[in-house]
Amino acid sequence: MALVEARDLVKRFGSLTAVDGISFAVDRAEVVGFLGPNGAGKSTAMKIISGFLEPTSGQAYIEGYNSHSQPIEARRRLGYLPEGAPAYSDMSVADFLGFIAGMHGLSKRQANDRLAELVERIGLTEVWNQRIDALSKGFKRRVGIAQALVHDPDVLILDEPTDGLDPNQKYEMRELIQSIAPQKAIVISTHILEEVEAVCTRAIIIAKGRMLADATPSALLADTQGASALAITIDTADPRRAIEIISTQPGISEVHVAERINGVTRLLVHAPQSRPTAAELAGILGRSDIAVAEMFVKRASLDDVFRQITNGAEN
Amino acid sequence: MRPTLLVFRREFAAYFATPVAAVFLIVFLALAAGLTFFMSGFFDRGQADLSGFFFWHPWLFLVLMPAIAMRLWAEERRSGTIELLMTLPVQPWQIVLGKWLAAWAFAALALLLTTPLWITVNVLGSPDNGVILASYIGSWLMAGSFLALAAAVSALSKSQVLAFIGATAVSFLFVMAGFDLVLAAVRSWAPPVIIEAVRSMSFLGNFQRITDGVLELPSIVFFVSLIVFCLWLNVRAIDVKKAA
Repeated sequence: MALVEARDLVKRFGSLTAVDGISFAVDRAEVVGFLGPNGAGKSTAMKIISGFLEPTSGQAYIEGYNSHSQPIEARRRLGYLPEGAPAYSDMSVADFLGFIAGMHGLSKRQANDRLAELVERIGLTEVWNQRIDALSKGFKRRVGIAQALVHDPDVLILDEPTDGLDPNQKYEMRELIQSIAPQKAIVISTHILEEVEAVCTRAIIIAKGRMLADATPSALLADTQGASALAITIDTADPRRAIEIISTQPGISEVHVAERINGVTRLLVHAPQSRPTAAELAGILGRSDIAVAEMFVKRASLDDVFRQITNGAEN
Repeated sequence: MRPTLLVFRREFAAYFATPVAAVFLIVFLALAAGLTFFMSGFFDRGQADLSGFFFWHPWLFLVLMPAIAMRLWAEERRSGTIELLMTLPVQPWQIVLGKWLAAWAFAALALLLTTPLWITVNVLGSPDNGVILASYIGSWLMAGSFLALAAAVSALSKSQVLAFIGATAVSFLFVMAGFDLVLAAVRSWAPPVIIEAVRSMSFLGNFQRITDGVLELPSIVFFVSLIVFCLWLNVRAIDVKKAA
């Protein structure tokens, strides 16, 4: 049984369809990245799965319990970090986490044991007795993660867990997610694509409420058309002859000037079938007396994939 | 019951997390004392009772109780913590009850701080302490009604200001329900039964019956039922927002 399951979730706000038929399942040890432009419906979908919002139609399940008809059972098994990591700013970290633990039914003693372990792991020791409104963004986010983990749930839904963190904090957060991932089913939303490559076993791309892709990050990269391009730097400010020679080669779909600096020109060459190869092209240019200063294969990034897929949805 | 208790404790402590609670208590005490001594002529009347004090309660509460309750839900919505709260494995009514109890306990504290007045009348004369006790209980129940109403309104908004204004407006109708101001609006279309029903829901009328020391039970039942009904409305308001 999948730990998280969404079946044909639809959510309409008036005439706006925020979520439009999202279905997926997440098993233990999977980390699924929800990707999409702002306003794509990521947060709305997460709110529905967590049971905070009712779907217009469709069902969401946490370990087989319906988020809406069996909310208590479902929520016991769910750790949820809402968008923006809200917390009661007038409470201390200790009081806040104690409150959440109590609401999850942990006894004082259980809560203390569990929190002692968590605080160490998440790095909240130094701010333990501080009020939440006095904390930096990084610490606030960690408090948000801590409250989601307090009852050691099997399912974690984290809405932008690294938003607003500095690079070191992002790294730590990813380490933390990876360290707990083997025992849990995790769904995170993000618009930072490197994060998906770093922590996710699967990526679901959403735009305008629709699911556009559901695959491993590497499969997404492989599927993208014209995934890679050849970057060629030539020692001339006038690349016209080079462009003419390259573009007449069979297999080349596009050549354009990427940049021109100090009498050097960088060209980007797209060859969908990877023919001619870089070596062949270098040979051809050499025979035509065009000095190639540098040449490398520019790999497609998830950024490109993301742009390609989501722009497709716009048009 | 534990979730209710936890919410109660959190909310009650939240009142004292800022100076707002102290300011509120001072304003309440100053107004209550000022109105009792200067407007009602506490000393000039030459009577050892607190009727001049309780007389002002509906009017004081009309403004002060929405001020206590406006944050209960509106602030959760504004800060986003409502999402946290409503995805915890507890029943919504447990949270609704805990929040209201915290506000009600705060109102109790405000009333307790006026007991020097009670002591004063006992020093000056021999008042009917049974009536005063009943009046205190009646006042507390009426405060609870105001608070339950305001909490339900607060659940509909993420602005504390709107919650305050909305709650005060609705409360005003209840306070004035026995007056022609409200009754005239009903009289034009409703049968006598409805008019009588509206009249019987007057906060002023019900509270007066308690402070006069007559017909206490029906008025107590009225306030308690209104509290229960408003708490139910509060739960419904949260449900409705969830589906919106």
